[in-house]
Amino acid sequence: MKLKNLLKAALRSLAKNKMRTFLTMLGIIIGVASVIAMLAIGEGSKQSIQAQISTLGTNVLMIFPQASNTGGVRMEAGSSQKMTIDDVTAISDRCPSVAYVTPQVRSSGQLVNGNMNWRTSVYGVYPNYFEIRNLKLMSGNLFTMNDDRSATKVCVIGQTVVTNLFGADTDPVGSFIRINKIPFKIVGITEKKGQNAFGQDQDDMVIAPFSTVQKRIMAVTYIQSMLASAKSEPLIPVASQEITDVLKAKHNLGPSEDADFTIRTQTDIAAAATATSGILTILLATIASISLLVGGIGIMNIMLVSVTERTREIGIRMSVGARGRDVLLQFLIEALLISLLGGFIGVTLGVLVSQLIANILSWPVTITIQSILMSFLFSSAIGIFFGWYPARKAAGLNPIDALRYE
Amino acid sequence: MHPRCSGVAPAAGEDANMNKAIISVKALVKIYKMGDVEVHALRGVNAEILNDDFVAIMGKSGSGKSTFMNIIGCLDVPTRGQYQLDGVDVSSLSKDQLANLRNRKIGFVFQSFNLLSRTSALENVELPLMYNKKITSREMRERSLDALEAVGLADRAHHFPNQLSGGEQQRVAIARSLVNDPVVILADEPTGNLDTRTSIDVMGIFQKLNEKGITIVIVTHESDIAAYTKRNITFRDGKIIRAVEVEKPRNAAYELANMPVMAEEEEEV
Repeated sequence: MKLKNLLKAALRSLAKNKMRTFLTMLGIIIGVASVIAMLAIGEGSKQSIQAQISTLGTNVLMIFPQASNTGGVRMEAGSSQKMTIDDVTAISDRCPSVAYVTPQVRSSGQLVNGNMNWRTSVYGVYPNYFEIRNLKLMSGNLFTMNDDRSATKVCVIGQTVVTNLFGADTDPVGSFIRINKIPFKIVGITEKKGQNAFGQDQDDMVIAPFSTVQKRIMAVTYIQSMLASAKSEPLIPVASQEITDVLKAKHNLGPSEDADFTIRTQTDIAAAATATSGILTILLATIASISLLVGGIGIMNIMLVSVTERTREIGIRMSVGARGRDVLLQFLIEALLISLLGGFIGVTLGVLVSQLIANILSWPVTITIQSILMSFLFSSAIGIFFGWYPARKAAGLNPIDALRYE
Repeated sequence: MHPRCSGVAPAAGEDANMNKAIISVKALVKIYKMGDVEVHALRGVNAEILNDDFVAIMGKSGSGKSTFMNIIGCLDVPTRGQYQLDGVDVSSLSKDQLANLRNRKIGFVFQSFNLLSRTSALENVELPLMYNKKITSREMRERSLDALEAVGLADRAHHFPNQLSGGEQQRVAIARSLVNDPVVILADEPTGNLDTRTSIDVMGIFQKLNEKGITIVIVTHESDIAAYTKRNITFRDGKIIRAVEVEKPRNAAYELANMPVMAEEEEEV
């Protein structure tokens, strides 16, 4: 039988029992819609986490010293003071995959402007820190490497600091503030960046030249950590390896010895952060798939009823020359139509529900093409899988018995 | 006019003119197994049905006539024996090959019409052609309309079975059996569900088709229906016990023309 005629016959027999067809389809509709919605919620939360991680910067690598070890007593991680400015120079000279590298020291400081004061973190970095972290200035200018060399008392401050020291919607570029009683000139204000993935306010900070913070505020010689960026995302692991090699050589460590530093890349952090949401997505989608499975069983059930009901029709078709496979195909196509049509409606409903969730609950929701394609494939597979047995049963009927069936 | 019906059946061992024999069975045996019991439905049947023939197969229920019909209709296969349909040895064919044979060479008419419900007369007639991939949609439509025309139902093509009378439904069924241009039409009790007048009407259509050269085999237990055919074969206990020419077949068209009078007479009786 030609496909066109098969489709026509299948559509007609589905149209004969509209209510029944709809109810059977409903199982698939609900299943597909919930799979789509669950995946959309999962994907949405994953993407929002990734978006937050990306506020760290582009292709960022963080290099921390290991815990210090004084006479067997190990101190907290990052407390080692072995990392120096020479390490930064070595990395920037000898690691071709590294685009930028900056030392980083962090101190907390009491900020004072007139009668207002505020306590926050003061970061000492090279100007390229802004490239690595994708930070942009809202007004003013960035300090330069010259400022770093001469340990100039200039700083760039975040929005939160502006609000707390000068009041909202002010532009204090050019004003002076005191950090731990040392006067600093404000040269720039960063653009608002919001919270990072860990709930930390990224606008609550002061950024000053590295040397200024290291020498004038902290009065130390070591650096607390380094921040580097790889030239491209695929180069992150390469850059990480290059940095490891250079630093090990610099610290006189053999290749088999443990490194006295740790490198964390942005990809690691992102992977860790999305892992939880990934597990949750899988869990939700699995539960939703179960309802799809139940819908499939519904199809099988109704197809079995249909085969029994239409035994005589099968007999008639066989007597005029339908082969087993013609009958098989006819019933299979009916099951497939139910599941595909149900899949289609389900996808539409799923998209609508996802939008509704996004609008009403303001959850991050992302519908991917893959999830739609997967639902379609899954529902047609269910149609074939659960339609097969009833269709097989119909095809295997003996024409004489089928014709005599009352 | 039909010199071929020259009393050749049962044709056991007889070397009949093969190119004219549409159906030829030799030593046909059919045994059904009902649990441990074997039911011998056919016990060695020999018969030949020639081109242009119009045969009535008669017999009581359980005589084997339905089994015989199922086998020559390629719906069932014999346990033993030979069956040739239009020169094709059917005994050894697969299920699919049998289906193809039914599709190309056989037309069925059933007692209970067996039309697809909620499907128009035209589409019911088209059904056999749907299972023939060589036929285009247009050809399918044209041939179906022709077949409906041949049974006088061209104006009812788009009616559904439940909008047609019993006689009209049976005519649709006959049109369906005609549409694939079969070598033989097999009708199983075609008048069993119809009143006298409609029965004669249906027999008239068969007679008309037979005059055009179509071979027809009907199963009936009514001897007055068998009287419209050319030859009667009687079954009993799985064997043919009698095969006779009908000396003067009744003419359905003529009787129908005079029907009103007859109907009145019947009512008075």
